[in-house]
Amino acid sequence: MRYLNLLWLCWVSLTLAAPPQFAQVTPGHTIVFPADYGAHPAYRTEWWYATGWLQTPDKKPLGFQITFFRIATGIDDANPSEFAARQLIIAHSALSDPALGKLLPAQKSAREGFGLAYAATGNTDVKLDDWRLVRADSGQYRVTVVTPDYRLNLLLTPSQPPMLQGDRGYSRKGAKPAQASYYYSEPQLHVSGSVARNGKSVAVSGNAWLDHEWSTSVLDPHAVGWDWVGANLDSGAALMAFRIRDVHGMPLWAHATLRDAHGSTTQYGNSEVRFAPQRYWRSPRTGAHYPVAMQVQTGPLVWQLTPLQDDQELDSRQSVGAVYWEGAVSLSRDGKTAGRGYLEMTGYVKPLKL
Amino acid sequence: MNARNALLTRWLLFGEWRAYPLRALAAVAAIALGVGLGFAIHLINAAALDEFSAAVKSLSGQADLEVRGAQPDFDQRYYPQLAQHQGVALASPVLELDAVVPGRQQPLKILGIDVFRAAAIAPDFIGIPAQGRAFDTLADDAIFLSPAAMSWLQVHQGDLLRLRSGVHIVTLRVAGGLVHARAGQRIAVMDIAAAQWRFHRVGRLSRIDLKLTPGVNRAQFKAALQRELQGRLLVTQTRERTERSADMSRAYRVNLNVLALVALFTGAFLVFSTQALSVMRRRSQFALLRVMGLTRAQLMRQVLLEGAAFGVLGSALGIAGGYAVAAAALHFFGGDLGGGYFAGINPVVHFTPMAAAGLFVLGVVVALLGCAAPAMEAAHTLPAPALKSGNEAGALTQLANPWPALAALVLGALLTQMPPVEGLPVFGYIAVALLLIGTVALMPRLSGNFFRLLGLRHARSAVVTLVLARLGNAPNQAVIALGGVLTSFSLMVAMAIMVASFRVSVDDWLSHLLAADVYVRSAQGGDTGALDTQAQMTIANAPGIARVDFVRQTQLTLAPDRPDVMLIARDIDVRDPGKILPIIGAGIVPQHGLPVWVSEPMADLYGYRLGQQIVLPINGHMQQAVVAGVWRDYGRQFGAIQMRLADYRALTGDMDVNDAGLWLQPGVTPAREIATLQHLPFGALLEFAEPGEIRAVSLKIFDRSFAVTYLLEVVAIIIGLFGVAATFSAQTLARVREFGMLRHIGVTRRQILGILAAEGGLLTAAGIAVGFALGLVISLILVFVVNPQSFHWRMQLHLPWGMLLSVAALLLASAIVTALIAGRYALSGNAIRAVSEDW
Repeated sequence: MRYLNLLWLCWVSLTLAAPPQFAQVTPGHTIVFPADYGAHPAYRTEWWYATGWLQTPDKKPLGFQITFFRIATGIDDANPSEFAARQLIIAHSALSDPALGKLLPAQKSAREGFGLAYAATGNTDVKLDDWRLVRADSGQYRVTVVTPDYRLNLLLTPSQPPMLQGDRGYSRKGAKPAQASYYYSEPQLHVSGSVARNGKSVAVSGNAWLDHEWSTSVLDPHAVGWDWVGANLDSGAALMAFRIRDVHGMPLWAHATLRDAHGSTTQYGNSEVRFAPQRYWRSPRTGAHYPVAMQVQTGPLVWQLTPLQDDQELDSRQSVGAVYWEGAVSLSRDGKTAGRGYLEMTGYVKPLKL
Repeated sequence: MNARNALLTRWLLFGEWRAYPLRALAAVAAIALGVGLGFAIHLINAAALDEFSAAVKSLSGQADLEVRGAQPDFDQRYYPQLAQHQGVALASPVLELDAVVPGRQQPLKILGIDVFRAAAIAPDFIGIPAQGRAFDTLADDAIFLSPAAMSWLQVHQGDLLRLRSGVHIVTLRVAGGLVHARAGQRIAVMDIAAAQWRFHRVGRLSRIDLKLTPGVNRAQFKAALQRELQGRLLVTQTRERTERSADMSRAYRVNLNVLALVALFTGAFLVFSTQALSVMRRRSQFALLRVMGLTRAQLMRQVLLEGAAFGVLGSALGIAGGYAVAAAALHFFGGDLGGGYFAGINPVVHFTPMAAAGLFVLGVVVALLGCAAPAMEAAHTLPAPALKSGNEAGALTQLANPWPALAALVLGALLTQMPPVEGLPVFGYIAVALLLIGTVALMPRLSGNFFRLLGLRHARSAVVTLVLARLGNAPNQAVIALGGVLTSFSLMVAMAIMVASFRVSVDDWLSHLLAADVYVRSAQGGDTGALDTQAQMTIANAPGIARVDFVRQTQLTLAPDRPDVMLIARDIDVRDPGKILPIIGAGIVPQHGLPVWVSEPMADLYGYRLGQQIVLPINGHMQQAVVAGVWRDYGRQFGAIQMRLADYRALTGDMDVNDAGLWLQPGVTPAREIATLQHLPFGALLEFAEPGEIRAVSLKIFDRSFAVTYLLEVVAIIIGLFGVAATFSAQTLARVREFGMLRHIGVTRRQILGILAAEGGLLTAAGIAVGFALGLVISLILVFVVNPQSFHWRMQLHLPWGMLLSVAALLLASAIVTALIAGRYALSGNAIRAVSEDW
């Protein structure tokens, strides 16, 4: 559900030339594990998206985000060169440390090939040079990220089965049935591992969320951005909610899923989900106005979102042309601490032109 | 007192110049020429090298190291290996092509890059696509052009660009610009996969740029990686390529600089002759000044100052002229003066104050050296005897001792046997200088003895007796006139013989090389226009063709710090390679092993001997080979290796060829065959030439590259003539009293003119005779020492008699005419007054 604006730009340019044939997302399709943990190169775009809260030995909180994108470019299959950029791998990572007052971002991109960058099929295994996300048969994910500022080595261990979003993994993003993706999440992942900064490595532990989503054509032409939240609740439940906004900030589509600790799932439809900004923060770099504190209503439930820090804006205009806010938030309900998760807000700098 | 001295200095200086402007002009011109030529060469080369290294640097971006193959491309499987190598932070694969542009002489350099990898190393080479077409940087039909390339090709964003790929045309879309490319740099960028596909280089790379992990020692890493890749790939730094290109043009530059030194030498000589004569003529003036209280030091300073004035004026003119010439030459001929060392760049001249100052000082010092002996002479003359007339010969007493001159000649002869110094014929040039100096210094003695001898034998008429007596007994004055003739004529002879020998040798070599009836080339410049096997079959099977000799030429880098050599593959008969190659001496027929034939420069530079086992890096392997023969090559100064086409194909799998020689069936004319081949599907792309045309073009290129030499020959002759004219005028004027006396004792004007003409003619003839002998010796040094040592090619000696004789005749005639004109002027005055001057 994320970064769609930049990917969209790419697609638009591609489709102008000769519309390549990509697989379409259709309702009634069954998600099959473990095959669907792996990549789906026939679809235009795909991502694995891990976010979470870590705790350092001195009890300080840290947020982390790591994303691997796979993008099919639709470049001519006739090209026999191994360099032919049929699939691109793009990765973003950011560490959120309130002590710094801002994010530590990093990004990489490469064309798939030569074993240097790939998104393997069959099971989750995505690699971009020395960045990697790989799922063992046991279900445990190993995450490695090496940036000039920090190095992450994390093990994400599932405590619950995957959570299929929408209709058994068919997640609608708009009024048209084709405006949809295949989408599942792995909430309540236990995190262990280390974070190295300034040549010093510390052991960390925490709690993470992983999204895996693939699709071909998702967005409504009027969409300019979206807000999304995924949170591990203290009760063992998991909450996912998003809304897609138009140019006036009005929701074009919204959806939420709440699964309790026992696996019983409640879906909230378009009319049952509401995002209400509580407090804004203006970015000194881009001038964008983000509703960093939000109230999210899913049916009868009202969740209060509070950011780990205000400045969790990620500027990747140089590489992929997008600026967005992607940050750790804590959740409370009825004034009581309810859980922790990540909030994503896109399309606040420059409305998407279609 | 100081003001008076200054006035005196000015008066002496300008008085002298006003009286003999021509001689002063000749001396200034010679110094200006030497300084100007030296400065122009420096400026042009500095500009070309600057531009070249900047272009190389910008092409490499901020890479720490570059990994290349010995041949223009190599297997891409090394890319993932290097990308994941310990210590490598980033590896960026590059496919570099010189794409053939239909209808253009020069190729377009294309960099096939992976934008994701190149962005961190060479961000300037990331194409900027149109709004909303971000993926054009990955598109397989898109190309990005630098502003210079766009204006050269006359295309804009959105236009289509047609380029050659083999015998086909690839049409690419100009998707955008490279706004950060260097001004004037013609360069194009496209996706590496697209470049591999469109230009038939799938699986091949030209280089891999490496960025090392921070903290890794570059030198150590480079050495370790080179050991690891030994024999397969070369690990280089950008700097090495720049240095290598500086080395490439070094020999050529040094030889041009020697020509500049020759001009300076001539200038020094002219200053010497001017000042020596002027000191001689002003003996009584100087003696009077001494008597009136001028000190020795002051007098010496005066003469030196006069010489320095020539130097300052000449140097200043030279610096200005050199700059103008450099700017003009860069504009019209490019940065290599026709030498062909820096292709595809557009250098601009920049004034370099340090070099200018250095050459300025050199010009002044040379002028001061030229007038050192006359100045000493003027200072040491005793005023009392000098106040009386006559005995001017004393001015050159230093030259009376013949031993230093003989020693110079012997030393010069010995130095010709010395080996080169760092690839430069330093000792050869010193030998030439020593021979020149020695001969000029010996000239008075030689001519004196010669004319005295002549006078003893042929003393028939009074006029002849007078002429020979004067020439035999006043050799010191003669030597000054003679020296100019001698120097300029001998250098002209030497250069003329050398160039003629070279030209005749090249001509012979071309006729041996161009044995076929018609030559076909697939493209003029660039490396994307090769003939594939299908095209080869089509040509070979065309009607009218008896036999085809296909030739594949590629570059081979044997060491990162040495210039590339050419690897040429063609059908060669091991038993008779002389049929197709200009083999020198005997060859051998190796029983086993890969036979290769190396060019003469190659044998010189790499020390290869007949029958020697050598190792060549071909297709990523160290290939054993045997030197089966050495062949003459004037085309590739840095070496070339020939091997059989079948061997080359077996080793590399490369089936393409660049050109072909066609032998026609009896009765088929070249013109008809060319017409036939032009109707092939790809016939319009081919270029045809008959041997005669290739020969004519080659010789034209030869002549162009020696244009500077020809120009200098002319200038040397003109300066020599100036010298002769000036010296004769001076001498004649100095002898006004003598002529007055002769008139008094009954010698007619006509006879005196006859004396002058005979003197002038005989002196010049003597100068020409000795000059010819000296020139011949110098040409031997140039042909057999300097050329083999600096360019590694040998030639047969050839004397251009017609040219030499006509220049000699011209020189002789102008000397006589000058003497006559000077004489008429001297005799125009009153004979009585002339004698009465002798108080």
